[in-house]
Amino acid sequence: MTQLLEVDDLVVSFGALRAVDGISFAVTPGETLGLVGESGCGKSTTALALMRLLQGATLRGAARFAGRDLLALDEAAMRRVRGAEIAMIFQDPGTSLHPLIPVGEQVAEVLRAHLDIPATEARARALELFRKVGIAAPEQRLRAYPHELSGGMCQRVMIAAAIACGPRLLLADEPTTALDVTVQAQILDLLRSIARDSGMAVILITHDLGVVAGLADRVAVMYAGRIVEAADTRTLFANPAHPYTRGLLGAVPQLDRGWDEDLPTIAGSVETALAAKGCRFAPRCNFAYAACAERPPLEAVGEGHVAACWKVR
Amino acid sequence: MARYLRNRIGQSLLLLLGVSVIGFALMHLAPGGPLAVYTLNPTVTAQDIERVKHQFGLDQPVYVQYVKWAFGLVTGHWGYSFFGGRPVGSIVLERIPATLELMGSSLALALIVGVASGILAAVRRNTIIDYATATAAMLALSLPTFWFGLLGIYVFAQTLGWLPAGGIASTGGGGLLDRLLHLLLPMLVLAFVLVAQWSRYTRSAMLEILTQDYMRTARAKGLGPARVLLGHGLRAALVPLVTLAGLQLPLLVGGALVTETVFSWPGMGLLFVNALGMRDYPVLMAILMVGALVVVLGNLLADIIVALIDPRIKLTHV
Repeated sequence: MTQLLEVDDLVVSFGALRAVDGISFAVTPGETLGLVGESGCGKSTTALALMRLLQGATLRGAARFAGRDLLALDEAAMRRVRGAEIAMIFQDPGTSLHPLIPVGEQVAEVLRAHLDIPATEARARALELFRKVGIAAPEQRLRAYPHELSGGMCQRVMIAAAIACGPRLLLADEPTTALDVTVQAQILDLLRSIARDSGMAVILITHDLGVVAGLADRVAVMYAGRIVEAADTRTLFANPAHPYTRGLLGAVPQLDRGWDEDLPTIAGSVETALAAKGCRFAPRCNFAYAACAERPPLEAVGEGHVAACWKVR
Repeated sequence: MARYLRNRIGQSLLLLLGVSVIGFALMHLAPGGPLAVYTLNPTVTAQDIERVKHQFGLDQPVYVQYVKWAFGLVTGHWGYSFFGGRPVGSIVLERIPATLELMGSSLALALIVGVASGILAAVRRNTIIDYATATAAMLALSLPTFWFGLLGIYVFAQTLGWLPAGGIASTGGGGLLDRLLHLLLPMLVLAFVLVAQWSRYTRSAMLEILTQDYMRTARAKGLGPARVLLGHGLRAALVPLVTLAGLQLPLLVGGALVTETVFSWPGMGLLFVNALGMRDYPVLMAILMVGALVVVLGNLLADIIVALIDPRIKLTHV
């Protein structure tokens, strides 16, 4: 199958700091890819780099999207991609919406930016989108301001704006992190049904493995700016190869574990990673040995399953 | 809203009362008086002075004078000028258009230039543009208005001869072009300080806004740079800027005073300075009250506009 997005050796650096250090991955049309990792591992930076929304960053590598290299497009061409072909939703829907503009207008303006339609039609379509994302009493909500809506409602507005122009790829950056657990489930259901109905591909960025398990077809695990393991979701959860992935899965609270038992953690902190010359996880890894002084390549460890670790080759 | 307005107007009236009491007291505490010019005049006898004092009511205790004046003010009798005897109301009213012309044009110019340069400085922060506007603003804020006025007259009127040195129109003339040429220099001088303030405030407001999540959303939607900066950025900056406009009114009134004096601009500021020299109490008090009213109403208006722009602000608390 031809790829919708093919990221090839993407490097994002802020001065001397390499926030994303040569990652490659691909997304097929209609697929949901989970991008997992802890705070600061470069997953949000990757998404913002694909949208070319980072300021003061140097981008290297390539990101071929539907026959074009996103990293090589000029600003005007990139503007036509943003919001129309690739849309993005963010972690905190409350602050991601403009506080002084009615939410209906915030959805309508995407339509008007990309399609040549009059204001009345944009408003009618915004109403349609509000219905589609499950906003109750959509006619009244069009005129509401973000502070009058709940966090879940605001995220639905963000999703409505994101899907307004029928994008082929949605970058969802921690879309449920700032929401209550029950609302999280509703938003995930909504994203799942929209992606299924429209055939839209999704890159789901999250630190929450539960979210990934529920939504993603494939998962890529990032650590300190690199992808350390990638596989289809079932394989990754059943058979994690990389010690970091195993550590992450081990740190998920389990219902059948005693309430007085300590939650397993990964010792050390991510700060040690940038100093590491070879495998960046080695300073925190229980299995580290001499070979880890070299950077391990991402190599196949099974069918559609890759990992960057000398131990599991 | 109605209750808020009622409370605010009540507060404003109290404020105006305070301004009038303090203004009246200060004026009478200041040495000299309207008749001081005559005390050294050999043709004016002491009896003459006493007689005139009695006529003007200046021989009565200050609080009696105040009550009489205040009663007159609210009933529409603003008194008569001590010099020339014309009714104060018409003296002040005929000066208002000239002052409005100067203030309005300066404020409009300051708004456009100040906001534009502030946005530019914020977007291009830590570049030569940012440093240049910062330096210009610092100069404008630290040097006195009259100095700029005199400098302007020296350069453009005296040395280059491009612009008239003062007045609102040429004697006998008064075509549109003539009036505009007369307006140009005082308008620029008065606008200079205002531009500096607008520019700095806009820059800091925009710098804060540019880092907000909703600005990233606007760019992620694929909106053009103008729409992102003005439609989303400046829209959010309007709230602090409108508040600034309200707070700037006293500065504007004060600046107009100096500018009108330097350029012999026949507005209320020049009238005030002349009346102050002669201690023309009724005229001074009338201008003081008009100025205070403008400032109070301006701030009230600014608060109402802010509430209209920002739906999160509800005008219920005072």
